[in-house]
Amino acid sequence: MTTIDTTARPTGFIRDTASVFVRESRPLVRDPFSVMFSLVQPLVFLGLFGPLLIGASGGDAAGTLQWFVPGILVMVALFGTASTGANLLFEMQTGSHERTLVAPLSRSALLVGRALKEVVPLVVQGTIVVLVAVPFGFSLDVPGLIAGLAVLAVFGVGFGALSYSLALACRNRDWMFWMVHQTLLFPLMILSGMLLPLEDGPAWMQVAAAINPLSYLVGAERALLSGDFGAPAVVGGIIAAAATCAIGIVVGVRSMKRAA
Amino acid sequence: MPRKTADMTNQMISAQGLTKTFPAKGKVVEAVRSVDLEVGAGELVAFLGPNGAGKSTTLRMLTTLLPPTSGEAIVAGSDIRRDPAGVRRRIGYVGQGSSGGHTQRVRDELHAQGAFYGMGRRETRARAAELIDSLELGQIAGRQVQSLSGGQKRRLDIALGLIHRPELLFLDEPSTGLDPHSRANLWEHIVDLRRETGTTIFLTTHYLDEADQLAERVMVMDHGQVIADDTAWALKESLAGDRVSLTFETASDAAAAAARIGGEASGQFVTVTAPGGDRALPRYIRSLADAGLEVVAATHRQPTLDDVFLALTGRTLREEAAHAEASEPVPA
Ligand SMILES: Nc1ncnc2c1ncn2[C@@H]1O[C@H](COP(=O)(O)OP(=O)(O)O)[C@@H](O)[C@H]1O
Ligand SMILES: [Mg+2]
Repeated sequence: MTTIDTTARPTGFIRDTASVFVRESRPLVRDPFSVMFSLVQPLVFLGLFGPLLIGASGGDAAGTLQWFVPGILVMVALFGTASTGANLLFEMQTGSHERTLVAPLSRSALLVGRALKEVVPLVVQGTIVVLVAVPFGFSLDVPGLIAGLAVLAVFGVGFGALSYSLALACRNRDWMFWMVHQTLLFPLMILSGMLLPLEDGPAWMQVAAAINPLSYLVGAERALLSGDFGAPAVVGGIIAAAATCAIGIVVGVRSMKRAA
Repeated sequence: MPRKTADMTNQMISAQGLTKTFPAKGKVVEAVRSVDLEVGAGELVAFLGPNGAGKSTTLRMLTTLLPPTSGEAIVAGSDIRRDPAGVRRRIGYVGQGSSGGHTQRVRDELHAQGAFYGMGRRETRARAAELIDSLELGQIAGRQVQSLSGGQKRRLDIALGLIHRPELLFLDEPSTGLDPHSRANLWEHIVDLRRETGTTIFLTTHYLDEADQLAERVMVMDHGQVIADDTAWALKESLAGDRVSLTFETASDAAAAAARIGGEASGQFVTVTAPGGDRALPRYIRSLADAGLEVVAATHRQPTLDDVFLALTGRTLREEAAHAEASEPVPA
């Protein structure tokens, strides 16, 4: 009997993450139109919401943008990575998720690789939003922008991983995924002060904001994008992002092992 | 690097007491009940059984997708519990669903799969080209998976399962849902693969003809247990025997004939199960003529695996299949 030598070789977390990320990204590269489309959305938001906000605040455009643009970046991160699980949901119904589970891939790489694929467009989108805002008076601080995007990316990986866990928990029941998705996203967004200031809201809203990790992220982004690295909000944002990332990966890997 | 492969013991799969129970609405579903398996290197084994028999669950345990409730298994030289990564590196698995991502292109998926198995870039490309060629995927290599036909998807699934030259390939219902032409084509590829590489193949099916035509060895599974395990030929010979049916003018003739030669009468018909039925048939006719019973028509039929299943369980797989296809659950 011929003996066959398998050509599979042991790999590590980094290589596996890169392999998963490359696979997930290929359809984007093949179909750049879909990426362009996703770039337009935050710009439309900026274009339609920005003038209203500037008008309502009664302040100058530059100051309002300095406050508003970081919020848009967080929104992009939130909505971009929250749908990580939706793609997975689809792959679970066919056999392609199962195929990746039988491959000798690290379980956390499966999660992180997928989430990173959502994070890269997020960084591109964020950069474009900022660049578009500059001519209207937004003052750009390059190191601040880089740091701000890095913090967002860390958050995005974690939030993507949580979305992935949600998809695993809702397997065969897509409606549940979308229900939880919709029910959580909007309150999370509004109660973070991302788009509208909460200072004038009722006390319960301020309490909700205080326990919403996104509030800290928004605060940190506002400081970082203005180049204010020393602001206390920065520390809070980094902690919130790192905690989301850690919790996301732990919960994600656990639910993957359980769902298998 | 010393490789602890199956050829040391010549065993590809060795499982003892594999059991899987699922909690379901307060009670427990015993999907697989203490299954023992020994599959040697180079064998082609078909796991035959009706829907819900526990075939996929057994496969999912052997491929490390599902931890067994109890029991042990060594697959391709590695323990499924202690060294799942070792098992994963050496086996290929084609699940019940379609393995390719909808929006992915065929060639891209093969390249991604090579990377998943730790193969180098150039090695992956060469291997993908080879598989595209041998599984006739050339025309569709640049197309998205969602645009492929069922047969094309299945060929891609097999190519994906083979990218790393596994020693052992699991195929779960490889041809379910395909038209007869695509099925025949798929079987050809499986048989070729086996002939050219000696890969051990373990497939599940609820199609009788698939088990009959493809496998040298058939394991029959029902209600979570393996109830027979032998070559298709030996199963038929020992469990079913040939079928001889005789038709008479009247039911009373048929009853008298059944009493004389041994057999079951039903209306004007008598069915006798006998080894070497083709030789027995002329003898029956002569002996019945001596008793004044005239045979109006006679047929002889070789047993099928369905007869084997019937002999083992009292049910027929054809009915089960028809029943199951009408109420097919979502594959887990
Ligand atoms: N994840 C699961 N949860 C609960 N029950 C399951 C699960 N997977 C399979 N089963 C049950 O286990 C039994 C065997 O299923 P399966 O192994 O898929 O059978 P087959 O592949 O032979 O059709 C069936 O009764 C099925 O409903
Ligand atoms: Mg099955």
